[in-house]
Amino acid sequence: MITTDVIIIGAGPVGLFAVHQLGIKGLKAEVIDNLDKAGGQCIELYPEKPIYDIPAVPECTGKELTDNLLKQISPFKTNFHYNERVEEVTQDKNNWIVKTSRNKIFIAPNIMIAGGVGSFEPRKLSLKEAEKFEGTSIFYSVTNKKIFENKSISIFGGGDSALDWALELSKFSKITLIHRRNEFRGAPHTLSEIKKLERQGKIFIKTPCQLEKIEGEKNIKSISIKFDDGKIEKIETDIILSFFGLIMKLGPIAEWGLNMDKKTILVNTNNFQTNKAGIFAVGDICTYPGKLKLILSGFHEVALASVECFKRAKPNETYRFEFTTASKTIHERLGLEKKQ
Amino acid sequence: MPKITYITHDGEKNTVEVPTGLSVMEGALQNNVKGIDADCGGSMACATCHVYVSENWLSKIEKIHDAEQDMLDMAHEPKKNSRLSCQIIVSNDLDGLEITTPVKQS
Repeated sequence: MITTDVIIIGAGPVGLFAVHQLGIKGLKAEVIDNLDKAGGQCIELYPEKPIYDIPAVPECTGKELTDNLLKQISPFKTNFHYNERVEEVTQDKNNWIVKTSRNKIFIAPNIMIAGGVGSFEPRKLSLKEAEKFEGTSIFYSVTNKKIFENKSISIFGGGDSALDWALELSKFSKITLIHRRNEFRGAPHTLSEIKKLERQGKIFIKTPCQLEKIEGEKNIKSISIKFDDGKIEKIETDIILSFFGLIMKLGPIAEWGLNMDKKTILVNTNNFQTNKAGIFAVGDICTYPGKLKLILSGFHEVALASVECFKRAKPNETYRFEFTTASKTIHERLGLEKKQ
Repeated sequence: MPKITYITHDGEKNTVEVPTGLSVMEGALQNNVKGIDADCGGSMACATCHVYVSENWLSKIEKIHDAEQDMLDMAHEPKKNSRLSCQIIVSNDLDGLEITTPVKQS
């Protein structure tokens, strides 16, 4: 069991800045995120797109913003628990107990939900029969390359993931790359490699078409694809790999007894606490009259929420508001001055 | 004010007035129209405001850009007449527009 002052759910920009606001107040935090790295939507949805409305930063990409936030919070040496989704939240007197999908257990007086629109999960194939083959013949990511050796693999998608894996797996398997339109979106080098392998008969490209039917009992035997002109083609297939990006799912958050408005959590605007004392919601996932889903709103929200977190984590201490420019204590916490 | 009709995949029609300048996605959200999720809030990053536009209206809407087309690759069952409703800006020319929402958004 991990004991801390604040459990932060979500390592997006707002969750990261929460670490800072808590850290300068002397509070420890543990951060949990379902993705394999920090940044949330900034990294997953628009790493290369510039953002223009971060105060005093005229322009930066989602990746730059994330990297800078990580640098800003590095003095606090926070633990990040990636690839884990928070499944259960239960109360124990003044504390909250959090259990993750990897059965890690955390206990803290405060939970800060900075979960954006929910956790990222791969977008699944829409055919009903796809479900029963998932994990045996249908995959949405490659974790163990061995499974994909010496097989007939049909890869769906037109983006980087589909193209990169088509290249990689074509080294030892027969690859059919299937996409709904003729254009692929990928690095020019990757595209030319794919074309080269197609000429050599190592990769087969089928466009514009979509998955029509999957056949097989325990494992897939073949699939049928339907072209835009109505023509149907059957392709011998052992494995389907599908890359249609990620979707965001609210997941278990909806079951924690919090007052919700559709997919967002209702909070007050004094300290962004939910209807449960000690559970806060900040960033895109919270809502209140006038709420704007901006990163800068999230930054404001964590600053205020962290004050209440302090009061709950250190009930016998008095909270003192301090500026980072002048406070010796903050400078010590930031590692700028040695403790006297 | 232009009227926009949102039709669900099973034929349920919902006509609402949407101020010019708003997107078809925003019009849906503000009027609690079913079938449009809009998870990313209109930054063209999620493909959960995917709609089908009837042929006769398709030509009246501003042409689709590459980035939208790329995003539509991620949509649920995209077709030739697929668009992201966050990219369709309501104008007086679009008064009477009908769009159909897919079976699901994600």
